[in-house]
Amino acid sequence: MITIKDLHKSYTMGTNSLHVLKGINFSVEEGELVSIMGSSGSGKSTLLNILGMLDEADQGSYTLDGTPIKNLNEKIAARYRNKFLGFIFQSFNLINYKSALDNVGMPLYYQGMKRSERIDKAMAYLEKVGLANWAHHMPNELSGGQKQRVAIARALASDPKVLLADEPTGALDTKTSYEVMELIQGINDEGKTILVVTHEDDIAHMTKRIVNLKDGLIIDDTKINQVRASAHV
Amino acid sequence: MFSLERWQEIFETIRKNKLRTFLTGLSVASGIFILVVLLALGQGMQNGIANEFERDATNRISVWSGVTSVGYKGLNPGRMVEMTNEDYNYLIEKYEDDLEFKSAVYRIWSGNLTYGKETGSYRVEGVYPDYQFLENESLVAGRYINYSDQEEKTKVVVIGNKVKQDLFGNEDALGKLIQVNGINFYVVGVYSDPGGEREETRVFVPISTSQRVFGGADKVRNLGFTLKPKANFEATLAQSVQFSEEIEAFLKERHLVSPDDTSAININNTLEDAKRFYDLIFMIKAFFWGVGIFTIVAGVVGVSNIMLIIVKERTKEIGIRKALGAEPWSIISMILHESIFVTAIAGFTGLLFSMMLLEVIGPNLQMDYIRNPTVNFNVAISTVGILVLAGALAGFVPAWRAARIKPIAALREE
Repeated sequence: MITIKDLHKSYTMGTNSLHVLKGINFSVEEGELVSIMGSSGSGKSTLLNILGMLDEADQGSYTLDGTPIKNLNEKIAARYRNKFLGFIFQSFNLINYKSALDNVGMPLYYQGMKRSERIDKAMAYLEKVGLANWAHHMPNELSGGQKQRVAIARALASDPKVLLADEPTGALDTKTSYEVMELIQGINDEGKTILVVTHEDDIAHMTKRIVNLKDGLIIDDTKINQVRASAHV
Repeated sequence: MFSLERWQEIFETIRKNKLRTFLTGLSVASGIFILVVLLALGQGMQNGIANEFERDATNRISVWSGVTSVGYKGLNPGRMVEMTNEDYNYLIEKYEDDLEFKSAVYRIWSGNLTYGKETGSYRVEGVYPDYQFLENESLVAGRYINYSDQEEKTKVVVIGNKVKQDLFGNEDALGKLIQVNGINFYVVGVYSDPGGEREETRVFVPISTSQRVFGGADKVRNLGFTLKPKANFEATLAQSVQFSEEIEAFLKERHLVSPDDTSAININNTLEDAKRFYDLIFMIKAFFWGVGIFTIVAGVVGVSNIMLIIVKERTKEIGIRKALGAEPWSIISMILHESIFVTAIAGFTGLLFSMMLLEVIGPNLQMDYIRNPTVNFNVAISTVGILVLAGALAGFVPAWRAARIKPIAALREE
């Protein structure tokens, strides 16, 4: 599903150049649930941003579902993001003046789907994350866990190939974190490929494979026995 | 671009951001409002001043004589100069091709008019048939003095509307006999004058009749001319000024008046006055336009400012939208669509309010020099169009920048 070869990325900060990714080789099969770990500054967020086409690599190749991701202009990147990727952010990033339902419908709007159809589909995904009753609430009327569920529903709405989650439990308490992870595991069980960036061990162990990053290089990449989040809830 | 989906999106955004929308709208609406009111005021002044000139033909040249102020060729100052039929006949013959309307006037300032028990004192003027047009009069009933009246020195009179009201009330005046200084005249016509009551308290008789019955001999008190218009205003004005100078020189020479005398021969060229006033109106209107345009510029700056803030405020949202698959153009057009929609609605609201104001107070505004302030609707509509366009342009730069923000940078924005 994802193949990355010799990926490099540096940031220029004033006169200093910061080499963040120093040659990453990495691939993910369909249906995997992978966590990317590392302390802050290890380059894990940068890697995720490049995978998410939110940022561009300086060097190296990246193939997503057989499509080489290179020489992107904004327009193509936007189309690919819509078609291939679903994002889940630490700070949820819901549009605060739109209801939960409209937030979930956003990716479908950019696919050019009709409103009535969009609402039906968005509603189905809200049901899936257990928030059908909250469909017409605004984000500020929802708890953190509920917001993240809406964000997950939104990430799923466009039926992407890969879900990218950047510290999805970073802003949540432990109990809520496990609930969110349970949901993510459930989605993975249905066959969706999911990448989770986290620095929390317990969260990482709820995935099926842990990739450890340090100073811009992969130092460890192991498949593990998944801990079911439902056991903790 | 103008799909129903987009409109729903816009309306939702507007509904959720009422204050922002209201402020944008207010600056646009007030800009248009001020501009329209100023333009209408300019037009009102023009109408008012034009109205002042409507009393008489706007290209009228009047000549009247007075007392000499300087001695000349052995004659003492203080001598009364009197024009005669001969002067008039010479002039109309000499300038026959150029003159449009012409009349000499022999007037008695206070004629005593009596009809039955009603009596009043009015100006009685002996005139030629053309005088109707020099005074810009229109007939309410009957006819004006005509050529045969002139030839036969008939005792007929054309009275002003006010005189008719005073003497006849609701009674029909045509064909009635009235006494003018004790002499019977037939009323043959009633006229009205755009100058109003003051101009309608006069009565006109044939000049030949007045010279005979009121003892004028061949004396003429006043000459009035209009010239045939030329192709353009400048040429007309130049000809008019030249004509004034020529007849002044002619009359001074003929009546032995010094060329330096300023009181014996007086010429009033309405066209010159009109030109001065029209220049003034032009200046005033240009000033109002200037103020209006700067108001609009201020409005545009306001709109751009608000657009900048809106884009800044929405940077994160734009990042989210881009992460969800929004293409750059869809971001730009979303912002532009919203700004155009808001400025257009606000612009038309301002237009509507100013039009309503003009409708309400316009006709009730009774002031000298301001009359019926209106604005050319096309001009007003174009101004709204320009403002909308400017608002769109002003919004375009920030929208363009917003669309180029990398989603990752936008998402970090808090």
